[in-house]
Amino acid sequence: MKLVVNGQPHDVDAPADMPLLWVLRDLVGLTGTKFGCGMAQCGACTVHVDGQPVRSCVTPASAVADKKITTIEGLSKDGTHPVQRAWEEVDVVQCGYCQSGQIMTAVALIRQKPDPTDADIDAAMAGNLCRCGTYQRIRTAVHRAAEISKEGGGHVA
Amino acid sequence: MWRDLVTSADIDLVGGTPSPPNAPLEGEGLSRSLEVVGLKRRAFLKTTALASGALVIACFLPVALRRAMAEAAPAAAPKPVSPNAFVHIAPDNTVTVLLKHSEMGQGVWTSIPMVIAEELGCDWSKVRVEHAPAAPEYAHTTFGMQMTGGSTSTWESFDQLRTAGAMAREMLIAAGAAKLGVQPGDCRVENGYVVSGQRKLSYGELAVAAAKLSAPASVKLKDPKDWTLIGKPTRRLDSRAKITGKAEFGIDVKRPDMAVALVARSPVFGGKVKHVDATKAKAIAGVIDVVEVPSGVAVLAKHFWAAKQGRDALVVEWDEGAGAALSTAAMRDEYRKLAATPGMNAKSAGDVDAALKGAPAAIEAEYEVPFLAHAPMEPLNCTVAIGKDGCDIWTGTQFQTVDQMTTAKILGIKPEQVRIHTTFLGGGFGRRANPTSDFISEAVQVAKASKRTVKVVWTREDDIRGGYYRPMWLSRFRAVLGEHGKPVAWSHTIVGQSIVAGTPFAAAMIKDGIDGTSVEGAADSPYLADVAAYRVDLHSPTSPVTVLWWRSVGHSHTGFAVESFVDELAHAAKQDPLEYRRALLPADSRELKALNLAAEKFGWGKPLPQGHAAGLAVHQSFGSYVAQIAEVSVEDNRVRVHRVVCAIDCGTVVNPMTVEAQMQSGIVFGLSAVLHGEVTLKNGRAEQSNFHDYPALRIPEMPKIEVHTVASTDKMGGCGEPGTPPIAPAVANAVFALTGKRLRQLPLRLA
Repeated sequence: MKLVVNGQPHDVDAPADMPLLWVLRDLVGLTGTKFGCGMAQCGACTVHVDGQPVRSCVTPASAVADKKITTIEGLSKDGTHPVQRAWEEVDVVQCGYCQSGQIMTAVALIRQKPDPTDADIDAAMAGNLCRCGTYQRIRTAVHRAAEISKEGGGHVA
Repeated sequence: MWRDLVTSADIDLVGGTPSPPNAPLEGEGLSRSLEVVGLKRRAFLKTTALASGALVIACFLPVALRRAMAEAAPAAAPKPVSPNAFVHIAPDNTVTVLLKHSEMGQGVWTSIPMVIAEELGCDWSKVRVEHAPAAPEYAHTTFGMQMTGGSTSTWESFDQLRTAGAMAREMLIAAGAAKLGVQPGDCRVENGYVVSGQRKLSYGELAVAAAKLSAPASVKLKDPKDWTLIGKPTRRLDSRAKITGKAEFGIDVKRPDMAVALVARSPVFGGKVKHVDATKAKAIAGVIDVVEVPSGVAVLAKHFWAAKQGRDALVVEWDEGAGAALSTAAMRDEYRKLAATPGMNAKSAGDVDAALKGAPAAIEAEYEVPFLAHAPMEPLNCTVAIGKDGCDIWTGTQFQTVDQMTTAKILGIKPEQVRIHTTFLGGGFGRRANPTSDFISEAVQVAKASKRTVKVVWTREDDIRGGYYRPMWLSRFRAVLGEHGKPVAWSHTIVGQSIVAGTPFAAAMIKDGIDGTSVEGAADSPYLADVAAYRVDLHSPTSPVTVLWWRSVGHSHTGFAVESFVDELAHAAKQDPLEYRRALLPADSRELKALNLAAEKFGWGKPLPQGHAAGLAVHQSFGSYVAQIAEVSVEDNRVRVHRVVCAIDCGTVVNPMTVEAQMQSGIVFGLSAVLHGEVTLKNGRAEQSNFHDYPALRIPEMPKIEVHTVASTDKMGGCGEPGTPPIAPAVANAVFALTGKRLRQLPLRLA
């Protein structure tokens, strides 16, 4: 199976029904995308497929073989994507485990709505669980990321 | 590399009179008064000169002070023998802090280095952090074993690590003075340099020379008024790794020739494997082996997906045992019956039975909370490689010493041959601090049985159904009010499983039949101070369901019960809930300070939007005093929390950003339990399995949280847990204020 992840081609030996999550983590070796529930309930596994956020834990890798896959590792080389910069500035993370998925969802949101309201944020981010309770700072950071994006700061994937 | 180098001789730093064993911590003024190290304690310093040119310093205080739990710790008191350290200064001026605590989101990765750096005087931008290995040097100064829990990290290491930083600073000054040809007294430190007049030398330049010097006999710690880092809002040092996907959690570990394993465990608690047919499992592409272990049947494969497919294909017949008859409905009935009878006396005064008997109208109420899974975002996992000279373990654990002991026993090796590589923890909440080391011992068993390096991974279903829950609890109160509506008789009967019974901690933590964690927050309630006749008693029924500490432990039920009941008493006394508490709480109490601050910031008593009401609660846990006021409404028969104002008195604050984040975090964790969380059993099986039927709070339900800190120089408390207990009663009390309905069971349900 051939996959293009973060612009790099990969040839992996995977059964057709193997979820993209496990192909990324166990075969491609990109572990930034996380396993949290295995049934699209928590959002920790969120990646972009052709720019759209998808739950990689329930997406068969074979279904996205000819598409452009972006993971947290592909968002920027050094953490300078506007959303990452905002996350660092606002000090969002705690345990950090859900944050790859939170960031990937937020990136897609800002791309679609460059100036999201709190209600937009709540609606877009409702599928991403955080047991540490970083939600208040996530709201602040999404607004800040929108500002940074408008200022033209950082690299926009 | 540097960890393997040999240390120089240990130096008895002070040689003063050791504290008597088991001296109470309370009298020590642990957080503030230790200006000169060693008046009461012996301290040891080790230095290591490295080939690479670096200074390594380890300083620790042998455990003379222990609370009850320490006696139970299987570890011996720390011995200054192992080549470990807290601070490592490299020639390039990088300062690496070896963190003895486990970073699980609570922020020790930042706050603990702040404590060291405050005294060290290094350049904060040059500070790097690593988890320390498992070794006696890293034992908890109170509990005597390496662990992270009980909201203790900051206060337990505050003096120890300031001392380590100060020792390193003094040695660097001595080395700098010698090199500059001046007296140490003519030198000062400034942002990673030793400075004398116009000349300065960097710490990196001085590290080798400093390491060759004798340790100072004593060090003077900075006056708090001179602190530049402690108390300053400081961003996390682990952000960059966690926003780029580079942070390594246990589940991300990869070792050479490693198999990934999933374990089929009994669907009922206490069940055993009767028969296994692994034919179909072994036929799955990628499956390597199937082995039986004490906890079930492990399927090893090349990757998670194959292991999961293999496990799904296993045919296991279970001997379910007595656990198959369990149901939470029956347990609740049993608990209610027990609550009608007096349990073991946890604390009492006067003759409460007589006081209740003679009273015309006792106020009675029962509160119930369910079993709860911790559900950390990172499912449990553990990687094990057994070698000729010991065993390597990579995992996110809160209990390194216990895990070493458990593993050593399984493998017949020495605890020090168990090398634990602590990764980041994707949440802990107590689940990764297990006296039985369940997820670690199981992985060791799989590695042993399969003779392979293996990473055992749990699915979310394994986690939710896997036990080690917060126990189910029932509280029954009876009280009589006297003059001014104040309680004159108070009976509180608690029913629920002991967390430590049957574990290695039982002997020390169960005193006269009472597990202190079952009654904390109830037996020591500040509301009892002036009650003439009271009794807090305890029934500790047993069951095959495994239970464990869940963020805030006993306070997670006593906070809800006591603060709800006090609210009921206020209502019965026809008094405002705030004024009633003000009248009951001692005038100089820290509870009252927190409560007053929260009330002021919330604007208690001022009109709220139509359809909104407020409720409050205040509760001390883990040495911190937290008051919360919740503003709620009810929409479609569901409770909605709009705003929470939180005030905390935790004594000296190291990092205000940590305190704020931990209060938010504790509130969100508590709200998940207030609004959603419940594990129920039927036919011995957990009825929930994943986030669809064991929901946690999501962002649309997130209230606006304001955190305020009481300016305080009182004894330091913790922050990881104390934010959790008050939120349930604050919300339930608000629902009562709004609807007149007193909800006495969690999660709160209006219909």
